[in-house]
Amino acid sequence: MNNTPILELADVTKSFGKTQIINGVSLAVPRGERHAIIGPNGAGKSTMFNLISGRFPVSSGKILLDGNDITAMPPFEINRRKLSRSFQVTNIFHRLSVYDNIRCAVLWSLGYKHSFWRSLNRLKDVTELANHTVEEIGLGAKGEALAGALTYAEQRALELGITIAGGAEVILLDEPTAGMNHSETDAAVELILKVTKGKTLLMVEHDMGVVFGMADRISVLVYGKIIATGPPEEIRGNKAVKEAYLGEEAV
Amino acid sequence: MSDIKAISIAEVDKGMSGIRRWVFWIIAVVAPLILPLIFDSSYAISMMSQMGIAIIFALSYNMLLGNSGLLSFGHAVYFGLGGYFVIHALNAIDAGKFYFPVTFLPLLGGLGGLIFGISFGYVSTKRAGVTFAMISMGIGELMFAASSVLPIFGGEAGVSSNRVTGTGLFGINYGPPIQIYYLIAGWAMVSALLIYALSLTPLGRMVNAVRDNPERAEFVGYNPQRVRFIILALSSIFAGIAGGLAAINYEIVSQEYLSANQSAMPLLMTYIGGTMHFFGPVLGAILVTFLQVVVGVYTKAWPLYMGIVFMIMVLFAPQGLAGLIMQHQPILRAGLGARLIPSYLYAMVSGLIMLLGIISLVEFIYHLSTEIHSGTEMTLFGISFDIASSFPWVITILLIAVGFFFFRRACSAISSSWNSALAEIKGSESHE
Repeated sequence: MNNTPILELADVTKSFGKTQIINGVSLAVPRGERHAIIGPNGAGKSTMFNLISGRFPVSSGKILLDGNDITAMPPFEINRRKLSRSFQVTNIFHRLSVYDNIRCAVLWSLGYKHSFWRSLNRLKDVTELANHTVEEIGLGAKGEALAGALTYAEQRALELGITIAGGAEVILLDEPTAGMNHSETDAAVELILKVTKGKTLLMVEHDMGVVFGMADRISVLVYGKIIATGPPEEIRGNKAVKEAYLGEEAV
Repeated sequence: MSDIKAISIAEVDKGMSGIRRWVFWIIAVVAPLILPLIFDSSYAISMMSQMGIAIIFALSYNMLLGNSGLLSFGHAVYFGLGGYFVIHALNAIDAGKFYFPVTFLPLLGGLGGLIFGISFGYVSTKRAGVTFAMISMGIGELMFAASSVLPIFGGEAGVSSNRVTGTGLFGINYGPPIQIYYLIAGWAMVSALLIYALSLTPLGRMVNAVRDNPERAEFVGYNPQRVRFIILALSSIFAGIAGGLAAINYEIVSQEYLSANQSAMPLLMTYIGGTMHFFGPVLGAILVTFLQVVVGVYTKAWPLYMGIVFMIMVLFAPQGLAGLIMQHQPILRAGLGARLIPSYLYAMVSGLIMLLGIISLVEFIYHLSTEIHSGTEMTLFGISFDIASSFPWVITILLIAVGFFFFRRACSAISSSWNSALAEIKGSESHE
């Protein structure tokens, strides 16, 4: 087994103008870990995801993916290196069918790039992988439906499907259960566990039940700094965390 | 209306399946071949040639607008430069400098389009949306200005040539217009087939994805700029082919080919025809060319009528003619089409009355402002009268008012017949 952490942040900072949002974050996520980022609103959790996935450039610091520097790379370069992310606000291809959404998500990873001399329908590997993913996320009966016409929960499932379809090794999920009721959340958690099996998972999540049930380790982000990282039971007992965060929301 | 939309969208993909798709393609191939046998006047043949060119140009344009969400105000650049490539090539062939069969000359137009598509597209496709629209317009203006300065464009007079080079294959020398028509029809079919095939490739689907959500495309491994750049380059090939055919057809290429006016044509055609269906731009190209040629003969005000048609489409049928047609699929399939006919007839009659009034009003005003030197006597629809008197004006206003009144009622009749048909479809579905 390779011992380099699959994802490593080294003293990463990010400021917007004079406001510093991320204040020197260092974090190492080992291969295969399910790691949750928690913290109060405005702590910089989503910003951290945006930095890792290349959506925003960092102000300083370094981000390594499997030992390779990805700090200054655009999102598509990072994605090609097998890091994929979902969004807190559903971010799908609205005017394409569910099936086509997934096909678009697997094309690059299967090596088809900008191919305009092959028929998409005849690409067996694309068809198989897309069918498999659509079934896996439970939208098998809705394959031909327009993504924009799905219900909210279905769109969240599709969002997850687009994120995992390409076979990424590192998966970032930004509040995958946001806006869901209990039964939807349970279904979503089950789905996430199923489709990210064997992958490294990094997630931002507000639902503490989900976090403590799923994560191998948890990092607590407060005002752009990680104040504690550890297994769930350790975080639950951590005094600083209680003061800064858990106490506040009375969990 | 939201009901209509939900059904029609779900049905679109399934609609054109199996035999019907084949029938569609067979008509698309056979019709252009036999049409000149039916309409064999030189007027009709020259109009159909113009339509063929317009179809290629509009399809090329919709690779950007409908498929990629790129609104271009400068597509004439690739059309025009393709045209200049071909006209200079024709002159060189005439002068005996090199040999190239005229049949394949449009390829040189495509090459010309591609070269400039690559150079300009590299800049313009950095951004989508308004930025792309503005840059495309700037490039259009730039080339138009360049065409009056650089001698290679032949100034205002343009560059003319002679298409009968004596190098035709199998004795086809492209002297008679019917031969040109078939040349254009052949290229239009090949281009349409290629553009359609392109939409079924991985790139074809990714341009849709980039249109819908460029940000998400970045997070599945695609650089949206690169995707836009490639589709623009490919689209400019077909614009160049269309321009090259125009050069062969008219034997002259002038500044007009590069003008903003020329850039607006495929936008009008594509929008009126419908951007979301492959055959939309084809319908639009045929209709706009028809209006341009036929209405253009009768009145100088044709751009105004064109503008009115465009406005009405944008306001009331943004899905275009193709969208309107495809909307009827579920109702036709359920065998309820007949139910719509009475209200459509009602709308047609009242609409015609209103149209008659509007046309009269426009023509009166046009006559007053452009042909007043020949007096206030004028002839319209075979009737002569004096527009200095108030009588024709009163009739006109009356036609508009009455037409409008009944047209409004016809519209609600249409909507209720639609609703009843849709309700019946839904009812029978829930029984199954």
